[in-house]
Amino acid sequence: MANGIWIFIEQTKGEIRKVSLELLSQGRILADEKGEPLTAVILGKDIAPLADQVASYGADKVIVIEDDKLTDYTTGAYTSALNKAAQKYEPNAILIGNTAIGKDLAPRLAQRLGVGLASDVTGVTADADNYFSFKRPIYAGKAFAEVVETQTPAIATVRPNTFPVAAPDASKKAEVITETAEIDPADLRAIVKDIAIVASTRPDLIEANIIVSGGRGMKGPENYVILEALADVIGAAVGASRAAVDAGWIEQKFQVGQTGKTVSPTLYIAAGISGAIQHLAGMGSSKVIVAINKDPEANIFTLADYGIVGDLFEIVPLLTEEFKKLG
Amino acid sequence: MNIVVTLKQTFDTEAKIALTSSGSIDDNGVKQVINPYDEYAIEEALKLKEANEGSEVTLVSVGGAGTESAIRTALAMGADQAVLVSDPTLEAVDELVAADILAKAIAQIPYDIILSGRIAVDDGSAQVAVRLAEALGLPSVSSIQKLEITGQSAVATRDIDGGSETIEVPLPAVFTAQKGLNEPRLPGMKGIMAAKKKELKVLTLADLETSAAALNAGSKVTSYSLPTPRSAGKIISGEPAQQAAELAKLLREEAKVI
Repeated sequence: MANGIWIFIEQTKGEIRKVSLELLSQGRILADEKGEPLTAVILGKDIAPLADQVASYGADKVIVIEDDKLTDYTTGAYTSALNKAAQKYEPNAILIGNTAIGKDLAPRLAQRLGVGLASDVTGVTADADNYFSFKRPIYAGKAFAEVVETQTPAIATVRPNTFPVAAPDASKKAEVITETAEIDPADLRAIVKDIAIVASTRPDLIEANIIVSGGRGMKGPENYVILEALADVIGAAVGASRAAVDAGWIEQKFQVGQTGKTVSPTLYIAAGISGAIQHLAGMGSSKVIVAINKDPEANIFTLADYGIVGDLFEIVPLLTEEFKKLG
Repeated sequence: MNIVVTLKQTFDTEAKIALTSSGSIDDNGVKQVINPYDEYAIEEALKLKEANEGSEVTLVSVGGAGTESAIRTALAMGADQAVLVSDPTLEAVDELVAADILAKAIAQIPYDIILSGRIAVDDGSAQVAVRLAEALGLPSVSSIQKLEITGQSAVATRDIDGGSETIEVPLPAVFTAQKGLNEPRLPGMKGIMAAKKKELKVLTLADLETSAAALNAGSKVTSYSLPTPRSAGKIISGEPAQQAAELAKLLREEAKVI
């Protein structure tokens, strides 16, 4: 049965998350390998215009499910609508971004379908017996497990920044299927009272290509401005180690590590971070790591690609100036 | 108010991970602790108990006999009693099976609120609590930073990417605790003594009217591996201005990441 691969397209107010484009790009490669169609599934309100965009990233089909009740994400309404669509079309696999929404939606959906789920995967390979085999970090990246799912659909949430986004091709067109949302009243028990998005000009930590992170060596909350200045010149997100968060210098949502966020940027700049094992667990899969620390014995130097033994209060502003010069 | 907290025993977050000769995760000599996120769930349950006279906090866990030490610690923090599902016939427990077992165990006891950690730091799946809510037919709010109970409804503030969201749900409901929800207390000597006398009921699958054969896992691990160790790279020396200039140049021209 050529039921193919589904990509759940996460969108907020008509804007598609980068991880969904990453999944479409990799989904295209996997679908070709399987010789099956790639289907993008979009839930929301006033989202029909997004169909052309997902087609340009390689989707053969787009299933659009529009409803007032899907305007903002809620666990129940999204699970209900996606579950009914999955029952109807019986896809072989469903790939979802491992975002706040994906982490909430995927387990609900998997339990309702009575199937397994591979969370936060960093590798997807075609498998002869079980459709896909998923590689996923465990113990916050201190080890990996290769996981297969015994029934279909094989569902996984994929870590942002795992796959590159392919160049879109506007000449590619997809078959658009419009489905009505069938939402069980029992799934509408939660009421969203308020959504507070903190306005930021910086990229989201888990999707950022570059992260500038500060630890105990920052010495106080007032000093984060020097990291922010560097971040803004190179388009980076700002992160922190547990030591800085526990000291109350920066909010917990910026914490990178085993009890914070796990990130995988192209470049991770660690300033004043010693490199405790639980921090390394959260950023060890970064492509290039830079360490700036005045302690030459700091553990972070054992895995940094580039290291500067020095005072971050001197080095970071100088680095900011260098990048300004380079433009 | 009847409050249930799901509990998992995990490796200490400082633990180094090694594989056994047969390729599985080696737990030999590893310090075991209560999953750190479950501590936030326990603390929140205890705060609710203190604010609502006549409340009880029941811990529910699935695991081997070793899990008893984590449960005793949570009882010493102030939980009233515990249920541990432990069965020698239970082998590969995936998230689907764990949620089904917890649902069967919790269905036998009264509950208004179920609290769990948002993720276990060992397998890092962040699935079981949400699956449990689905198995029990309850609403859930993931990754909460704040919880307020009024009568038969709860208002919770949860983390979302780029901000937060406030959600109202009717009880009973499941909530998963994020760091920042509270500051977990440490068990005192009095609590540790009291914990020894508290009830820890150990149930088998037969007690839950099920069996290992009836519980079908949805996924299985085919192999484990360790990450390729990174090695130390270049240390850039010189005066600070030279170091900064050299680093900027290397990131542009050698690493090509900026």
